[in-house]
Amino acid sequence: MEQHILVVLPHPDDEAFGLSGTLAKHIQNGAKVTYACLTLGEMGRNMGIPPFANRVTLPEIRKKELEESCNAIGIQDLRLLGFHDKTIEFEDKEQLDKQIDGLLKELSPSLVVTFYPGYSVHPDHDATGAAVIRTIARLPKEQRPVVHCIAFANNLEQSIGKPDVKNDVKDMLQIKLASIQAHRSQFQAEELLGSKKLGDKELINRFGTEHFWTYKFE
Amino acid sequence: MQLINQSEVQRRLDMLKEQDLYIHLEMTTGAYAAHRDSSKHPAATFITNAIIRYSHGSISETGGPYRVGLKMNEGWIYSEGLTHYEETETDRLIMAGHDSQGKLIVSLQLSPQPF
Repeated sequence: MEQHILVVLPHPDDEAFGLSGTLAKHIQNGAKVTYACLTLGEMGRNMGIPPFANRVTLPEIRKKELEESCNAIGIQDLRLLGFHDKTIEFEDKEQLDKQIDGLLKELSPSLVVTFYPGYSVHPDHDATGAAVIRTIARLPKEQRPVVHCIAFANNLEQSIGKPDVKNDVKDMLQIKLASIQAHRSQFQAEELLGSKKLGDKELINRFGTEHFWTYKFE
Repeated sequence: MQLINQSEVQRRLDMLKEQDLYIHLEMTTGAYAAHRDSSKHPAATFITNAIIRYSHGSISETGGPYRVGLKMNEGWIYSEGLTHYEETETDRLIMAGHDSQGKLIVSLQLSPQPF
């Protein structure tokens, strides 16, 4: 059983599709989760339909949505690191790594979850994953936590192979959908789920398994 | 956000002229454009809290989304594709253009205070 899981992702809602079921399961088994979210996703393009948010109000709205998603999953500790959306790849690496290193030292997680650098499409995803890997690689081997990476670039299996961790989260679907639906400015739940019920085959196929790549340090 | 009311936006543009203003100007196809369709060219640009001052600002349209032009002492600010504005703002002007899927594609914001 994982005792303390550290999740490091750049945007509110990055946890919802690929990870919320896994986290909920660990939490029900007694794990403690700290979610370090680097930005408030303040440059997101989705404002709701019709738009109920705008560039000025979006950060506060997304912060509330993130808190609601964390409540749904059961995440006990949410840290907002205060970086600006779309700028992670340009940030001072020393400052970025220092924050992540601080969390690692404070929490001594047994498992860290982040994006796979280079295979996660959004520049913020790649830069966040790179910072986490860089920081953990600096630790002595015996102190390094296991790192599970989320990745979804096209054709990524040619480079990094198939995911080695497949978590069955079918029994967590209700929680996962609550996490997704919490981000109402970002996802149009009706469009996503339609009138489908929890037991619906399509929903189970789409959301019932979560995949991760265990990062192999040199 | 509401659909743009041209005369109301014009009134606010007039109100904000001839003073130092903070501008947020942005255009984006979204970070996932090329991931979803490799023929798409991802492009995005924004500038936040630069200080500008214009002597003449106007909004126009020809049946589609709105265009705004702000004439400055030594240059222009131009934005096309605006569809919405925030009616409840009193001393700022918040405008954005949303595409057919509701996603923000352009935004132009002016304020006497930083964003």
